[in-house]
Amino acid sequence: MHELALTESLVELIETESRSRGFSRVRVVRLELGALGGVDGEAMRFCFEAVAKGTLVEGAALDILVTPGEGWCLDCAKTVEMFDRFGACPECGSYHVQVAEGDDLRLKELEVE
Amino acid sequence: MCTVCGCGSLSVEGEKTHDHDHPHPHDHPHHDARHHHGHGHDHDHHHHTADHTHADDAGLIDFGAGAAGVHVAGLSQERILRIERDILGKNNDHAAMNRARFAKTRTFALNFVSSPGSGKTSLLVRAIGDLGARFPIAVIEGDQQTSNDAARIRSAGAPAVQINTGKGCHLDAHMVAHGLDALKLEPGGLLFIENVGNLVCPAAFDLGEAHKVVVLSTTEGEDKPLKYPEMFAVSDLMLINKADLLPHLDFDVSQCIAHALKVNPDLQALVVSAKTGEGLPAFYAWIEARAARWARANAPAAVAE
Repeated sequence: MHELALTESLVELIETESRSRGFSRVRVVRLELGALGGVDGEAMRFCFEAVAKGTLVEGAALDILVTPGEGWCLDCAKTVEMFDRFGACPECGSYHVQVAEGDDLRLKELEVE
Repeated sequence: MCTVCGCGSLSVEGEKTHDHDHPHPHDHPHHDARHHHGHGHDHDHHHHTADHTHADDAGLIDFGAGAAGVHVAGLSQERILRIERDILGKNNDHAAMNRARFAKTRTFALNFVSSPGSGKTSLLVRAIGDLGARFPIAVIEGDQQTSNDAARIRSAGAPAVQINTGKGCHLDAHMVAHGLDALKLEPGGLLFIENVGNLVCPAAFDLGEAHKVVVLSTTEGEDKPLKYPEMFAVSDLMLINKADLLPHLDFDVSQCIAHALKVNPDLQALVVSAKTGEGLPAFYAWIEARAARWARANAPAAVAE
């Protein structure tokens, strides 16, 4: 989806952090990407290169950690693994599953100089 | 914000919707462990570039563990910064401020989302005519280009602001805040936000609205809720528009609703026609009921807390 806009927000966020924390170059950007978040890591990488140009993150490595999806199945009354945001419970097949984990997109860490 | 320590970098920036660095005297000492900034992000006061030293920084246990905010054995604090910020956090900050604005003016805001050509503008024009006597209505129109839609809304009798997103595929909360600056909201009124025609991206951007309303027309496939599940998952009401065309089409209404319920069991659905008015009284009843519920939940006493 909108990976370009998200990448722009990411660079903006890093620029804000650079002012408050006093760094001028970024070597590694570490993102946490939920498997169910609907954001494509590869598309984000593609946009990142373009958006980073001319900023303090130019040339930085983008390290994307994909966190697995987890949901709460109302019928099984337990936490189950999810591979698809709107998928069925892998154990009982019902769709009464609420996403509990794996739909976020966070800037975790920066390696800076 | 202050470029030395970054105080106010998030909440204040959002509050005044300014993105610039403004100079302000920065004379409060950061030597006091009781000193707190009221904003909720890791706030280190580790001024490597500053020309003064903080002899008593060691006492600042409130602020965690130095620049990185985390201890990693073998790695220096300066090298790794732990950020832990939601990429959409800034949008969400703006959305929260829009929401506070709506609470203040008692404005019930709906965010209309759909693919292009589903008839959102026609629906709004009709609703303005039908509801205008009961509620003051204002409209924010989002499109990539042209102000044709805002002109249609104005000729229907409601104040409208057009936001052109240029290359953008969605409205974000910051754009809406600008729209609100240009729009006078009558107390107790309705605000219709017509998002850019796009069934994908607007799903991720909270604008501060009370509800998202997804419009799907009968000339589209009934499996769109499965193809674009995000949008149907974040909406509270689905309007199946262009019902007047149903006799000429193979569109299966119940199948469409079944698909939508699969991705969002709480979604309500109404079949309407902006052209003939069919089904619209139910939509208006939904608006009135939800607006009343929202007003109770956002009564001044509740807001004050």
